[in-house]
Amino acid sequence: MKEVALFIPCFVDQLLPEIGMDMARVLQRAGCAVNFFEEQTCCGQPAFNSGYWQDARPLAERFVRVFSRAEAVVCPSGSCTAMVRRFYPDLLAGTPAAEEAKRLAERVFEFSEFLVNVAGVTDIGASFPHRVTYHDACHTLRELGIREEPRRLLRGVRGLTLVEMANAEECCGFGGTFSTKFPMISAAMGETKAAGAERAGAEYVTSTDPSCLLQLDGILRRRKSQVRTIHLASILARTEADGTNSGNQE
Amino acid sequence: MNAAAEAFLREAAATAANGELHQIVRKGVEHYDAAVERGRARFLDWEAARQRCRKIKREAIDRLDLYLEEFERRVNERGGHVFWAETAEDACRYVTDLAARAGVRTVVKSKSMVSEEIRLNAALETRGIKVWETDLGEFIVQLREEPPFHIVTPAMHLTRRQIAALFREKLGGVQTEDPQELTAVARRELRRAFFSAEMGVTGANFLVADSGAIAITTNEGNARLCSSLPRIHVAIAGIEKVIPRAEDLALLWPVLATAGTGQAITCYNTLVTGPRTASEPDGPEEFHVVLLDNGRSRLLADPEQREVLHCIRCGACLNACPVFRTIGGHAYGTIYSGPIGSVLTPHLRGLAEFQHLSFASSLCGACAVVCPVKIDLPRHLLQNRRNAIAAGLRPAQERTGFRLWRWAMENDRRFTMFGWAARFGWKMARRAGLAGTALDPARRWTKAREMPEIPRHSFRALWRKTHGAG
Ligand code: SF4
Repeated sequence: MKEVALFIPCFVDQLLPEIGMDMARVLQRAGCAVNFFEEQTCCGQPAFNSGYWQDARPLAERFVRVFSRAEAVVCPSGSCTAMVRRFYPDLLAGTPAAEEAKRLAERVFEFSEFLVNVAGVTDIGASFPHRVTYHDACHTLRELGIREEPRRLLRGVRGLTLVEMANAEECCGFGGTFSTKFPMISAAMGETKAAGAERAGAEYVTSTDPSCLLQLDGILRRRKSQVRTIHLASILARTEADGTNSGNQE
Repeated sequence: MNAAAEAFLREAAATAANGELHQIVRKGVEHYDAAVERGRARFLDWEAARQRCRKIKREAIDRLDLYLEEFERRVNERGGHVFWAETAEDACRYVTDLAARAGVRTVVKSKSMVSEEIRLNAALETRGIKVWETDLGEFIVQLREEPPFHIVTPAMHLTRRQIAALFREKLGGVQTEDPQELTAVARRELRRAFFSAEMGVTGANFLVADSGAIAITTNEGNARLCSSLPRIHVAIAGIEKVIPRAEDLALLWPVLATAGTGQAITCYNTLVTGPRTASEPDGPEEFHVVLLDNGRSRLLADPEQREVLHCIRCGACLNACPVFRTIGGHAYGTIYSGPIGSVLTPHLRGLAEFQHLSFASSLCGACAVVCPVKIDLPRHLLQNRRNAIAAGLRPAQERTGFRLWRWAMENDRRFTMFGWAARFGWKMARRAGLAGTALDPARRWTKAREMPEIPRHSFRALWRKTHGAG
């Protein structure tokens, strides 16, 4: 049995805990033994992206320490995964933690890539009879190169119809602190994305990044749209026994 | 906040709300995307081509001094002149003095972003010289008295109808909205200028070291006229435009065309090697090349960001950028806009005044995927941000905020406590009816978006309940 440690991003811990719980359920169903290290806090990305590398560095070092004992680390956010895998090498270059960080980077996985590429699962027995569109979260797609894995998982869900947006790969406009530093630009980008989901005729937009969903949920509800958001893990956690009602942000 | 940052916020917010502009820009970009997709498919291996272009540019930039000197030597051998301009003022002075000495009254120009960068037109006009932009898009924005909207397609933001109205107003008596007829009108105006101009100014897409030639690419053939009809030809280029060998163009030309417009090759590709020789019947009597530094050597000295000088100004990163698509080129308030502009401008014109541009990005990375010379633009935005913080250019409040945040995050108990307090605080604020008001603590979010439902329990609390203490 594969042992996995959950990497629960700080904002998921505080604002979207159900996504973490759903991910844990799915991983268990995939045959993993799931651990949660309570010492974990934040990977440091908000500070790093804002240019405060001095403040991000101790958090990165701390993260590497906390997870050094993990066999595999699984995260419901492509962006936070990318922080560890792609940006820690920059941030920790020349520090004593650099080597350990490099080793850890190879054991940190985004949730969908872990299921498909490591656990070898594409059908987890989920059921979600809805029209769903997949938003390619920027870091999942362009920093981690994950495009097919989440779609394969969605195609394996009973009753689910996957519809594509014309602008599936376009940014939702969240961008961390960008969303509040430049709220008008960020929201206008979100509107463009939301309109794409509506045009695709989807009931739900899903993604591998809770932060994109936070943004899109905020935009869609303000637009009084019929489209709702749901994280991939929450779709996969749904079984026939749960009935048809769902949505993590209802 | 400085004036440039304030203007940016104001302009960006205005254009972000301008649905009509989004439609126009998006239509242009969709057209472009389709063409580029077909264009890339013509390459056996587009990725290999990008890699190879990167290598060529890297070779040139890593030994810039040697290649530039070689270029100068070859230009001199053929009777041309090379002027090394350290600043924009130096460059403008050289060109205006030259024009004054030769009694130039009219200048025709082909498209050149560097001439925009140094504000050459204004410098010439204050000396009483009439300047004609001869690229159709540039001609249009010149008539509108505004800067180019985009480094490759300067009039991207305008509809045919707007252009027709502009021509009607400025050129008199033009009663058509047909693009062909409008082009014919512009051509008629420009022909007269071509024949009367004593000086032609062009940019250069590449400076070819081994042959002392400048390579110019256009779709309208206007650069050929600018460089051959007037008595004096002046080419202005940034020092980073040098490439080692003429044969490098075999790849750089088609790659630039593909990334820029989706064309297999641009319509007119010209190599200019100098003034008319004794055996040639036509061509300019004088040929001058102005090599502009204007901050570029500072970038060259920075090994981390030197690769920004690889840029061939194809404009692909602008088209791919969702921020550019949302706010357009003018809101940046800079000559170079989009991702490359946000990376480059702080280096050319000062981090203090232009650091805000490096923050105005969601770091989505779409630019890095399309850049034909593989510049890692998001990394450079991050590095600019880091440099801005290191230089103490951000508000003290933000600095303190992050220090406090770090202190909270360095310990999971503090994190739990702060998280709880923040959730509780927001709930109280909402209960007190503050949501959406000026006192709303989250108003920068809630102005255009809803807040999520705040959960009662954090993940760690739920986990403890179901799995016990870890
Ligand atoms: S940075 Fe790259 S994509 Fe952008 S203009 Fe320069 S070469 Fe083109």
